[in-house]
Formats: sequence, structure tokens, C-alpha cells
Amino acid sequence: MQFWIIQTLNSLALGGLLFLLAAGFSLIFGLMRIANLTHGSLFMLGAYLGVTVLKIVPNLWLAALLGGLAVAAFGGLFERLILRPLTGNALGQVLVTLGVSFIVADLCLVIWGGDPIPLAPPPSLQRPLILGSITFPAYRLVVLGIAIFTAIALHLLMDRTRLGAMIRAGVDDMPMARAVGIPVSKLFSFVFCLGAALAGAGGVIAGPIMSAYPGLDADMLPLALIVVILGGVGSLLGAFVGSFIIASIYTFGSALLPDLAYVILFLPMIAVIAFRPRGLFGRQRT
Amino acid sequence: MKRFAWTLFVLMLVAFPLFAGDFYVNLASQIFIAAVFAASLNLLVGYGGLVSLGHAAWVGLAAYTSAWLYLRMGLGHAAAAPLALLLTTVIAGIFGWIALHASGLGFLMITLALSQVLWGTAYRWSSVTNGDNGLSGLTRPAPFGLSLDKPAAFYYFALLVVIVALWLIAKFVASPFGAALRGTRDEPRRMAALGHDVWRVRWITFVYSGFWGAVAGLLFVYYHKYIHPTTLSLTVSAEALLSVIAGGAGTLAGPVVGAAIVLTLKNYVSAYLERWNMLLGLVFVLIVIFMPDGVVPGVRRWWARLGRK
Amino acid sequence: MTFTRRRFVRAASSGLGVAAFGMPRFARAQNEPIRIGLMTVKTGPLASGGIDMERALTLFLRERNNTLAGRKVELFVADSAGVPAQARTKLQELVERDKIQVLIGPLAAAEALAADDYIRQQQLPTLSVAAAEDMTQRNPNPWFVRGTSTSSQSAQALADYCYKTLKYKRMATIADDIAYGHEMCAGFQRVFEDEGGKIVQKMFPPLTVPDYATYLAQLKTNIDAIFLGFAGSNGFRWYKQFNEYGLKGKINVVGGMTAFDEAVLRNMGDEALGIVTACWYSAELSNPINKKFAAAFRSEWKYDPGFYAAATYVEGGVLQAALEAVNGKIEDKHAFMKALRAIKTETARGPVSFDLYGNIVGNVYIRKIERKEGRLVNTVIYIYPDVSQFWVYDEKEFLKNPVYSRDWPPAKNLEP
Repeated sequence: MQFWIIQTLNSLALGGLLFLLAAGFSLIFGLMRIANLTHGSLFMLGAYLGVTVLKIVPNLWLAALLGGLAVAAFGGLFERLILRPLTGNALGQVLVTLGVSFIVADLCLVIWGGDPIPLAPPPSLQRPLILGSITFPAYRLVVLGIAIFTAIALHLLMDRTRLGAMIRAGVDDMPMARAVGIPVSKLFSFVFCLGAALAGAGGVIAGPIMSAYPGLDADMLPLALIVVILGGVGSLLGAFVGSFIIASIYTFGSALLPDLAYVILFLPMIAVIAFRPRGLFGRQRT
Repeated sequence: MKRFAWTLFVLMLVAFPLFAGDFYVNLASQIFIAAVFAASLNLLVGYGGLVSLGHAAWVGLAAYTSAWLYLRMGLGHAAAAPLALLLTTVIAGIFGWIALHASGLGFLMITLALSQVLWGTAYRWSSVTNGDNGLSGLTRPAPFGLSLDKPAAFYYFALLVVIVALWLIAKFVASPFGAALRGTRDEPRRMAALGHDVWRVRWITFVYSGFWGAVAGLLFVYYHKYIHPTTLSLTVSAEALLSVIAGGAGTLAGPVVGAAIVLTLKNYVSAYLERWNMLLGLVFVLIVIFMPDGVVPGVRRWWARLGRK
Repeated sequence: MTFTRRRFVRAASSGLGVAAFGMPRFARAQNEPIRIGLMTVKTGPLASGGIDMERALTLFLRERNNTLAGRKVELFVADSAGVPAQARTKLQELVERDKIQVLIGPLAAAEALAADDYIRQQQLPTLSVAAAEDMTQRNPNPWFVRGTSTSSQSAQALADYCYKTLKYKRMATIADDIAYGHEMCAGFQRVFEDEGGKIVQKMFPPLTVPDYATYLAQLKTNIDAIFLGFAGSNGFRWYKQFNEYGLKGKINVVGGMTAFDEAVLRNMGDEALGIVTACWYSAELSNPINKKFAAAFRSEWKYDPGFYAAATYVEGGVLQAALEAVNGKIEDKHAFMKALRAIKTETARGPVSFDLYGNIVGNVYIRKIERKEGRLVNTVIYIYPDVSQFWVYDEKEFLKNPVYSRDWPPAKNLEP
């Protein structure tokens, strides 16, 4: 029984983490039709920046905020100067996003070195939580909480604000949105920055669990892709639900079917794409 | 003039091992292998408009099959090679059927997922693949009794394969089928309206591209005489994709140029520059900024502009 | 961006010019520097170990003024990024372009296996760091010696210590899902169970798994201890999460030679105190060579040398001894290999020699993590002298069995 409870909690915590990663990617792809293959390295960059901030001010939340802002700024510049001229050139976008991710990854290696660096969770959350016979790290539950909070905040943004309405319009029907006078290029910049900020802050928040290490970007990017594909492109609900499904498959699968550890995530994804290409909640064909 | 330049180029390629050291001859062989691999991917990406991140699957399948048939079944290369090609092509047919249920990002993801499944299987199925230790103790074939162990011998073998491969691929692209393929890339709906079976065109291309990927895989395992699951990794697929795009997708010379750039940076410049990875990324970014269609179309444009002056 | 073609000394070109005319070939060669190649990993997940390898070797050569056995040496460093195909390509570069005469490295087992046939073909004396067992067992390469150990060499000794001294009876093992992890756990399991213990659970998470939560949830709690066969920094990451899940104190933790290496120890805190590990090295070793090495390394890089740094420093020491035995005449490869394999010398890890297969025979140190002078160190608490790759087993019997792997020896005591 204990096994099932802990694994369920593990799945929820991992799902929260994945949502922080995937939400930004889903937004960017949904609106701009750009598969931002830099997303993993933005996540990693955020984590490393968090490491440095923590050395100066040991407050994880502040590090997350600053990390998110810094990565957002970087993302904004990248989008404006390099990605914008490539509208419509899908292959060029692939090349440049991967190229930039190489540069970012190597820079991180130079600046922060090759050893993994853990980020310290806030001291109040360092004790494990004891619920009856279950011991569970308190911090992971907080990550889940942050993910839920972020999901609600993003939902409110999309649903209740004018900005959100414009974004939704752009996702649903770009030419029409343009025709109606929505300032599409400003929207692009905003959404890309928002997506980058989520990735960067997510990297810091995930830091106490995953540490910052070379290769974090390559480990996280496929996960973001899987979640978004499963959940459906452009759908925040899809990213949310998809994150928890993927997290559960991974957590329980690794435990119950260790021989399939490497492929446990890909098999269901193949099935989903093959038979329901738009994902669970996607509204458009990819 | 053009013919003269081409003849000179071919002569240089043929004469290369006579004046270059072993290391450079080997580097050239590796570029040839990467060129075949990139050219096979280009069929899908450049001419078919289908971006795949799972092309490493063909290299891995062909290489492992050839190695396994040689080591465990005692088959000679004359038998093992066609069997490896056949098996890989059949699996390409199956994977193609699965993958073509989607397009765009979905297609990208399925191809990635399928090759990752193979990657994981290579690690775990140790009884067949020897897992993380890889399969070693392999040999190079000896066509007509000629040993390929010396760098120059293998170089000529690889050069021959590259020429044949590019020639056949060029024929494929120039054929009516190739025209239909490019049509499905540019205007799929119109093509369907005209009566073409878009799905079948794409599937056939997928399989053909898998075949040439398998050829690259055989060259790879012959050259290295060793196969390890890392050959099936995402990095290998990504590198091939980057070579194609950087060189110029949808051109014949593009993948070759792209492969040469990537391999030179990886295996040659890396000896001089610790930060070669960063340089590679920078090269890609610069290519995209100044030659968004790739090096080959970009250079052609500059050449034309110079010619006009 | 730094240029890394490190040529530590240029050949005395003027001297070479004169010598070319007047002296016989061997004597002429004596004036040329010995070219040493280092195959390591400087990018990717294994980077931190690989960088340590380079640092220690350059320190070794610098201490000796880049002169071994009376001849100058030049060092060529290549980065394989941990990819076997690349290791082979880089090795070709070192041999064909830089004309190295001896190779130190590679780091990862798969890289050594990929380069095996090339080393044989080129007859290149190789002092390996990689731990793949069969390279010195069932498929020994005559040009290959290993100055570090096989994957299981230290683990077998630790299993004995766990059963006899620590009195553990029921244990679990966990390691990365790579050959190194499989071989190490297999060796541990074999000795532990042969002495009467039981291994009731074995786990092999993938090497680059992002999170160990799911593995920690499966861990049985009715065991005495768990053995960690992790490489790189995975031991440290796993242990951190082990504590977060409140398992510290419920289960003892013992580690293999790379689970709590000095390199990751510097990032850990008091939670690591008391952990017992086994390795052929510790920065705390008190022999005069190590005292000098550890102090020099620490003052230059501000952290203690660990497994990877010690590996190349020891290989350097072995290389020097072998060169001295042949009066620097590395050109006579066969004589050099013979001398290399016959070496008995003192190094930073204590006394070493090689067995018939080229693998090292040396001390295995059981260590405990303690705090000294404000930092965490691996204090030596027990020494197993002259440990070979076969432990106490008869060599012939050992080699009749299949190589240690995930499935051999079969784990008969696993509980669901």
C-alpha cells in the first residue's frame, strides 16, 4: 500500500515539474507554430542562473523569479532578432533553435563546470513530511502546488483577460486574428518571453529535485515534446493533464516494468499520435 | 567550364589518398558515410517535406543486424549485407506506416519515439546486442578478395558507394515520382485533387530513404568494426538533420556539404578548439542568418550575384 | 575559447638537426620527445571525471619537468565526449596525426571496447582507465594494461567487509544500467552470497534518469544495507533523495569506488558522514607519493583528487617506472610492453603490479566519510592488500564462467 501511495505522490510531483516545463513549449508552439527546440536549454539555463543567484541571496523563490526574468529577456532577444525573420521557414527554425541550444549548453559547461550542482530547497521545506507511515519530501509537494497555481494563473490569463483572448484568437485562427487588427508581432514576443520565463523559473524550481547538470537540456526537451504531443498542441489543459499522465506512466512504469524503462514513455506516445494525432485536447492538426 | 571543374574535383578525390596522411583519408571516409546518411534523410526532409528525428534507426538496425549475423550466425558479409539491408527496409516500411499517421510536429515526434524505442531495446536486449558493451570483433568485407582494412582501400570503397548512392538518389529525384514527391511537399492538397495518392508517395519515399540510411549504417559498421547503442541516439539523428538543413535541404549537394561541415568541426576542429560544440552552434546560427536555405543554395546565390557584376 | 593542443615541450629542433646526420637511429630517437596521448571526456555527462584525468596527468608531468627516464615528453589530449565511435576517431587522430607512442585512457568501458581492435592493429601500448572486465579476462589485449581496476575489483573486497566486519546479512544493490554498474554489482553479489549473505533486490536505473523517486519508492526497507554502484555524480544525487524520503538511518549505505568520490564529496554535507565505501584510492592515503600529490592537487584546484585524478596520476607513475626499466627506449614496443607488465612499483595508491592479463594487483582501501579540517574526506579504515581482479577465486575457474553482467551470476535470493 505504501508503495502505491508514495508512487502516486511521486507522479503528482513529477507531473507538476513537467507542467512547468511543457506549458511554455505548448504556448509557443500553439501560437507561433514554432517548435522551440531551445526549450530544454532555457530550462537548464534557468537552473544554472538560479545556482548563481542562490550564492548571493539564498532564497529559492527569488532565484526563480530572477532566473525566469533573465531567461525571458534572453528568449525575447532571441525571438526578435533571430527567430522572427524565419517565419515560415520551419527547417531554418529547427536549425537555429538547435544551434542556439548547443551554444547555451556549452556556455553553461564553461561557466559552471561539469559537476552537477544541486539547488537547496528553502530551509523550511528541507524536512521530510511524515503522514502516518509515509515519509515524503515536503518540497516536492510544494512543486506540485506551484504547478497548480501556475496552471490556474495561466488559465485566468487566457480566459479572463483581453491579452488572453488575443492569444486564443491567434492560436485558433491566425489570419483572421491579423485581419481583425490584433498586434500579432507584439503578441509573439510576449508569448515567447512568457514561455521562456516559465522554462527558466521551472528550471530553478526543479533544481532541488534534479540539480543543474550538463545534459539536463537533452533530458528535458523530449519530455516537453512528449507532454505537448500527448496533451494536444496549444491546449493548456492538455499540457496539464498530459504532464500528469506522462509522470504517472514514467513513475509506475519504471517500477513495475523495469525492462521497458527506456521505452515506457514512447510506446504510449506512438499509440496516441498514430490514432489520435491531435492529442487529447488539441484543437488543431499539428 | 562546369564539366572541367567537376572532372577536376573527381580527380582530386581519387588522388587524395596518394598525398594525404592516413588520418585525413580516414576523416574523408567518415565524411562519405555521413554524406550518404544525410542524403538519405534529405529525401524525406528536403524533397518530401517530412522532418524526421529518428533517422539513426536505420544506421543502428543495419549495423546491428550485420554484426549479429556475422558474430552469432557466422554469415559472411556477402550474405549478411543484403539481409541487413532487407530487414532494415522492411522495418522502415512498418515504421513508415506508423509514422505517416501524423504530419508536422507529430511526425517528428513519432520518428523520434520509434528510434528511441530501438535505442532502449539496444541497451536492454543484451542477449542479442550485448547492451552497453556493444558488439566488437567485427571485420570489414573483402569485395572480390580485396581487403578494406587499409585506410586508402576503405576510402575508395566508400567513395564508390557515395557516388552510386548520390547518382541513384539524383535519378530518383529527377524521375516523375520525384516530381510527384516534391509536389506533395509543396502542395499536398492540390496533388491529392490531381489524383495522386499522397500517402503512398510519402510512404515509398520513407522506405527508400530508410534503405539508403541502412547503406550508411553498413558503411558505418564496416568502418568502425564496432557497434554500440549510442549510434541509435537522438544526437545522431539530430546531427544528420542539422547537416541536411545547414547544407541545404532539397538540393543534392546540400547534405554532402552539411555532413562535411559537421564532421570537420566534430573530428578535426575539436582537436584545436575545446569549445567546438559552441562553434558548431554558432556556425548553424550564422548559416541561418545569412543563408536561410542552407549553404548550397546560399553559395549558388552569391555565385550568381558575382557572375552578374 | 582556449586552444588545447597542449604541447608541453617542443623537440629541441636544433639538436635534432645535428643528431640526424651523425648518430645511429636509436640514439637519434633518444633526442626526440616521447609522445603520450590522453584520451578523456571533456564534454557531456562524464566531463567532470575526464577533466580531473587531464588535470592530474598534467600535474604529474609538470612535477617532473616534462621529463621521464631522461627524455622529454609531449602530451596530446583528445576529447571523445564519451561516445565510442568518436573515441575511435580521436584515437586515430592521436596515432596517425600526432604519432603518439603510448596511450593513457580511455575513460569509459565502451570506448575501450570500440578501440580494442585498433589498439591491437597499431600495437599501441595503452594504460587504460576504463574498467571493462573482459579486456583483461576473456579477451585480453596484449597491448593493454590497466592501472585502475576492473569494475568489481574493489566491490568484491567490500562485500567481504560488509559480511564479515559490518555483519550485514540482507542487502540490496543499485547501480547505473551500464556494463560498469552490472559488473560491479555482480562481483559484489557473488562474494557476498558466497560468504552467506543474501542480495534480495537489484535495481538498475538508466544512466541519465532525471529523478530517483520511483526507485526509492520500490526500495525494500527490511534490509541491512544497500550497495551503490553508481558512477559520476549519480551516487550523490541518489543519496540526496534517499535522505529526502526519510530513509537515512533506516538502511545503511555502502558505496563502490565511484559512488562518493572526492569530486562529489565537496558538494555534500553532514548527511554523508559515516558512509563506508571501497576503492583503490583515497586522497587521505599517507604514503609519501600521495601526500605530495594530494597536497599539490588541492592547492591548485581547491578540491581533493578522487578516482579519476588518481587514475591518471598512477598511470603516469607506472609509465615512468616502465620507461626507466627500458632506459627510455619506448620505440622498442615489445620490450616496453614486457617491462610494463613486469612492473612492481610504489605509486600514489600504494604498491602495484600487474597480473598475467595486464590488470593491476594492488591494495583496496575500505574508507569511511569523515570530516577533517572542515571538509569531508574518505578516511581509510581498513586495507585489503594485493587484491587481484579474481578476488580469492581460482583464475581458471573464474574465467570459465561468463563475464559479470546484469544476469550473471544469477541472483537467486531476490524477493518480490
